[in-house]
Amino acid sequence: MARIIVVTSGKGGVGKTTTSAAIAMGLAKKGHKTAVIDFDVGLRNLDLIMGCERRVVYDLVNVINNEATLNQALIRDKRCDQLYILPASQTRDKDALTTEGVGKILEELAKDFKYIVCDSPAGIERGATLAMYFADDAFVVTNPEVSSVRDSDRMLGILSSKSRRAEKGEEPIKEYLLLSRYSPDRVKLGEMLSVDDVQEILSLHLLGVIPESKSVLSASNAGTPVILDEESDAGQAYADIVARYLGETKPHRFIEEEKKGLFSKLFGSK
Amino acid sequence: MSTGTPASQKIALEFKSTSLTVPVLLLASNDTSLVDQQLKEKVAQAPEFFKNSPLLIDLQKLNSQNLAIDVAEIVAVVRQHGFMPVGVRGGNDKQNSDALAMNLPQHSIHGSNAPLVNKAPAKTLPVPVQEESKEASPPVENKLITQPIRSGQRVYAKGDLIVTATVSAGAEIMAEGNIHIYGSLRGRALAGVLGNVDSRIFCSDLQAELISIAGIYQISDDLKHAAHKPVQISLDNQTLIIKDI
Repeated sequence: MARIIVVTSGKGGVGKTTTSAAIAMGLAKKGHKTAVIDFDVGLRNLDLIMGCERRVVYDLVNVINNEATLNQALIRDKRCDQLYILPASQTRDKDALTTEGVGKILEELAKDFKYIVCDSPAGIERGATLAMYFADDAFVVTNPEVSSVRDSDRMLGILSSKSRRAEKGEEPIKEYLLLSRYSPDRVKLGEMLSVDDVQEILSLHLLGVIPESKSVLSASNAGTPVILDEESDAGQAYADIVARYLGETKPHRFIEEEKKGLFSKLFGSK
Repeated sequence: MSTGTPASQKIALEFKSTSLTVPVLLLASNDTSLVDQQLKEKVAQAPEFFKNSPLLIDLQKLNSQNLAIDVAEIVAVVRQHGFMPVGVRGGNDKQNSDALAMNLPQHSIHGSNAPLVNKAPAKTLPVPVQEESKEASPPVENKLITQPIRSGQRVYAKGDLIVTATVSAGAEIMAEGNIHIYGSLRGRALAGVLGNVDSRIFCSDLQAELISIAGIYQISDDLKHAAHKPVQISLDNQTLIIKDI
């Protein structure tokens, strides 16, 4: 049975697409056949982060309108043969998405794939609600600042009341917190909410903390999911998150400030 | 020893005393067709609210004005509108015995809230039918919420509302009765929304955006002194009283 994961947040710019790309690549690299779908119709980004923008022929809306088959639209990743990308349409808007159309695509994908990652657009309108409607698990990406936390809280309310599982009275969507762009030294200075602050407000299971990292931007620009940069802290954080999601126990990292050695203090490396 | 007690002596029942809140129909006219018509209008405003509702018929006002009324007739009228009469009060001997003949007991007028209600019609519209007293409520429907109430969600309880989790900023919870919150209250909490001035709000960590009892409210700016503490909030003479617990 396929598991449908929605990566959502409410607020924009918190790292949903980065997370979708990293998680999908992480699951695929563990040997699970994974599809990642961009629901941000009109503001297509996932293909850039995945580095497949030159190979887009058909998109999600084409499949919904029966202008292309699912197999025509799915793009196989060049780095990992277990990973497929279904891009969004850039020339349409979110009204092109229908519940039946999305349901049909997910049903068809579920026959073949182990995990389906839905990259939700920002906001709580059509694209976002459709991305989460069929989900089994929700990764709520939150930045440690008040507006992002409130938007996530709002999204959690929608997840628990407007999803298919909620409407059918089934077991609710499993919700996980991913705290991104976290910098322990700014928390220490009181400029940023701490993990505990966010946990207290959202009362949600923490799947992992992703540190603020330069590697995220360079990976995005290069079209490589940051999880493939095994040297980087963000890449390792995502690897931990995938492992935890799959049931492994890993201690949380990147929450405490790193102790700088004398050497790096002197030379200010990093 | 109790084990030696014969079955016939085992305790099978017990009498206890309880006080119930029941709507009272305060009659001010003995014209049953007028009562019939106005009841119909009242019920049409909230059909579910009155459906199968118990009802006490108060004849005190009629009798004080020497207006005669046939109890059997008025009982038939209220039953027709879906009420279940549970007794009469303030009736004369004839009315009481008529009521008893229909298995409706006579209730004492003592301790009633008649003075309070008598005042009310003077201020409001000149409606002869006062369908219920201030404290009257439908059969109590309390609500228990165990999941966090998220920003943007609204919860309404017809009776008391009990929340064993957090109420997030931007959430709104409302109850016709009391509100109990065993987590942090960061959103809005409105108790006694139908005007019950005796309702209260209890919470173990007050960080609310707004609290209100029977329409009297305070916003978080006014609550700073009580923030982050377990408190109970009650209404005393149009003023919200916040006390530590």
